[in-house]
Amino acid sequence: MSRASITKAHSKIQELSWEPTFITPVEKYPTDYTFEKAPKKDPLKQVLRSYFPMEEEKDNRVFGAMDGAIRGNMFRQVEQRWMEWQKLFLSIIPFPEISAARAMPLAINAVPNPEVHNGLAIQMIDEVRHSTIQMNLKRLYMNHYIDPAGFDITEKGFANCYAGTIGRQFGEGFITGDAITAANVYLTIVAETAFTNVLFVAMPGEAAANGDYLLPTVFHSVQSDESRHISNGYSIILMALADERNRELLERDLRYAWWNNHCVVDAAIGTFIEYGTKDRRKDRESYAESWRRWIYDDYYRSYLVPLEKYGLTVPHDLVEESWNRIWNKGYVHEVAQFFATGWFANYWRIDAMDDTDFEWFEHKYPGWYDKYGTWWERYSDLSKKNGHNPIAFEPELSNYEYPHRCWSCMVPCLIREDTVMDEVDGQVRTYCSETCHWTDAVAFRPEYKGRPTPSMGKLSGAREWETLHHGNDLADIMQTLGYVRDDGKTLIPQPHLDLDPSKMWTLDECKGITLNSPNVILNGMSPAERDAHMAKYKAGGPAGRPAPEAVPA
Amino acid sequence: MAEDTIQKPAKVRSVPITHFTDSEAGAKEFPSSRSRSYNYFEPAKRRASVYEDVTVDVQPDPERHLTQGWVYAFADGTSGYPKEWTQLKSSDWHEFRDPNEEWNMTIFRNAANTVRQVAQSLANAKAAGSYAGWSRSWAQIVERHVSAWAHVEHGLGLHVYTPSQRDAPTNMINNALAVGAVHKLRFAQDLILYNLELTELIEGFDGSAHVDVFQNDPIWQKTRETVEQITGTRDWAEQFFVTAVIFEPLVGELFRSGFVMQAAAPQGDFVTPTLMGAGESDCAREQKGARALFSMLTQDPEFGAANKAVMEGWLEKWTPRCLEAGRQLQPIWSQVSEKVVRFDDSLARSFARMNDLLNDIDITAPKEITA
Ligand SMILES: [Fe+2]
Ligand SMILES: [Fe+2]
Repeated sequence: MSRASITKAHSKIQELSWEPTFITPVEKYPTDYTFEKAPKKDPLKQVLRSYFPMEEEKDNRVFGAMDGAIRGNMFRQVEQRWMEWQKLFLSIIPFPEISAARAMPLAINAVPNPEVHNGLAIQMIDEVRHSTIQMNLKRLYMNHYIDPAGFDITEKGFANCYAGTIGRQFGEGFITGDAITAANVYLTIVAETAFTNVLFVAMPGEAAANGDYLLPTVFHSVQSDESRHISNGYSIILMALADERNRELLERDLRYAWWNNHCVVDAAIGTFIEYGTKDRRKDRESYAESWRRWIYDDYYRSYLVPLEKYGLTVPHDLVEESWNRIWNKGYVHEVAQFFATGWFANYWRIDAMDDTDFEWFEHKYPGWYDKYGTWWERYSDLSKKNGHNPIAFEPELSNYEYPHRCWSCMVPCLIREDTVMDEVDGQVRTYCSETCHWTDAVAFRPEYKGRPTPSMGKLSGAREWETLHHGNDLADIMQTLGYVRDDGKTLIPQPHLDLDPSKMWTLDECKGITLNSPNVILNGMSPAERDAHMAKYKAGGPAGRPAPEAVPA
Repeated sequence: MAEDTIQKPAKVRSVPITHFTDSEAGAKEFPSSRSRSYNYFEPAKRRASVYEDVTVDVQPDPERHLTQGWVYAFADGTSGYPKEWTQLKSSDWHEFRDPNEEWNMTIFRNAANTVRQVAQSLANAKAAGSYAGWSRSWAQIVERHVSAWAHVEHGLGLHVYTPSQRDAPTNMINNALAVGAVHKLRFAQDLILYNLELTELIEGFDGSAHVDVFQNDPIWQKTRETVEQITGTRDWAEQFFVTAVIFEPLVGELFRSGFVMQAAAPQGDFVTPTLMGAGESDCAREQKGARALFSMLTQDPEFGAANKAVMEGWLEKWTPRCLEAGRQLQPIWSQVSEKVVRFDDSLARSFARMNDLLNDIDITAPKEITA
């Protein structure tokens, strides 16, 4: 269909909607936003008769590429370091995709605009497409990659590993709580408009550089639907801005959504790109550089800041602080180090960094080696089975203090000096940052700045992985969670890439090790002990190095 | 070749260097090196289908692997996919598999085929000038009633199937409902864009008449009221049950198959039945899903009896409404010049269809349709 005929058809299909007169619609998904006097803003126009054949064509290209990759023996050239991280990435991503589908009725219910409804309904089926196409890609990896372990347990592993909750927010956050907070601000205005750039553009670039050209095919196909979604979200936020009463809520939600997306997406994608690659050409962008381009320049400066002309204050301070965390505070490096420390609690293999990697990191992030180099050398040493424990349980050898979790974003408090400790809801909690503390203590509450916010959601669940398994034997944990290979003994995760069975870690090396939760221990302390502990914790780092003794409390 | 061009240093291009990594399946033997299937769910048959692989457990919940529970809750403390969003209960909601096995390949392939079929039919009719042969009374039926039907499909797609795919508790149910939603929406759009085409091709065809007909013509008011009532129902399973099991046979199929498909051909109209037929066959897919879901629930070892009672309550509440809506459409049957089908015969066919459905689901048919 030509553009002109789509426009004409799109205007005709507006005749389909009507206002009910026999009933009042059920308010299925509550929101504190109001759209009573919102002028209607149109999203990108689309009708299903042109949409379906267009998407079918895209699908055909993806299926064709899949056949081609198999016939072309792509897996003779993929880097295992990279493919192992796909066991985590591809276990997470279909869930946010499908959650985005589920989020659409939240927005439809809240926003009185038939044109937006049409766009949102199409987005719903786009997201079903994305979720299933990604599951199918992963299935192909499982069938054709040398080590299927970890792909075979994928959705279960995602639901029970130490990183699962970090990823789940980017998904659950779309579908629960205030309908507009979730389905508009968190999902579309921030996750899709800002962070899909690093997800669906930077990730595929890195995949291609590691011999995997299928991931780019699938993810570019996914990304090509994104501009319609962004346009749906933009129409809704403009409508919301028409009502003064929404402004405070929008500002709250932009702060929460921006910060949470930064914490979660930069943690995960930053690690995959910086620590999952074997391609160390220095003329390629680092994660920090692509973040600066895609998120800071393209999103923040060209999309977010212009919203201020509608009287909205956007979270400049948080955007700057995210950059500060990435560039000066080593956020991605700290996270990658944490993931590697916790290799025993997952379902993929994590390769050590070597001299080539060191040189690249030093080039891209001057000063990197002094902070992280020694630890990675230790990681490499301790990856060989030699009578010692997994690195997390060798704090002396690794000079690493296992971190507290952030109650809000569930990434640990890795930038030690920024850690906030507070008693909230009767529990002593730790937060990675001021903003994460605010998210729990202030934003997700039934009142905000003196006004009732009865529709705002709550943070829930057994949020700390370590607390769930506190006091248990590591071998039991591994078995319960299913991280054991089909010989009943060898672990799925490994701290190296060597597939020689005699070099692979087994349950035997996990027996007799007890996992402890820093938060349980913290809550067991007296207030004075706690303050002393926290002062020392905050004086630690970088790279998880404990502070020297005798730091004044 | 001149010497200077040979000696010019090649510009260094930065390209990925491929290494032979030998990372393909089978390159080595080690524990789990042959573990090449998703191992965290029981397939319905011996081997998992692609559909199951890409759908099952993509939305893990505390009953399935999710050890830390939902990390966000609504203000009232419910979280994830609350089971209280329907009265029906299951000892294992996750057992449901979509009999249509929909995933991205099937969804877009099927829908695109339908689009092509409809497009060809429209193009042929236009090329053959076949609308010229329509009687004025038939054109009016299409202008008023066939076009009014588009609203019904739209309402059910957007306000029943779309929210249901948020509300049901598993990924397998939700995906099936999401597909139902776009089937309905595509069908609604096809009908209204057909209306647009006819407005351009048939002299005197009033392209906007359907709005008033659906809003005010007494023939349609009970149908509109019933659709609005279904959209205004909180319980997603009730919405789906009422739509697929009661409304579709007593109103949807009654009008689409019982009237339009029968009456069009003698009027020299082969296009409208093509559109209606496409909608009807999508509808049959959703009914297949409904059969599978609701019979799973009536056969539930723990809650089967209670579920039957709930569904029978829904039948009691909604059958009279839908029947009344269907009966109010009766005058349309007499608006065609050539009577090919009697309303009572169409209705009897609808009763039979609904009885079949209820029989498969294993619940007692209400008295209204067994007489
Ligand atoms: Fe998506
Ligand atoms: Fe945090």
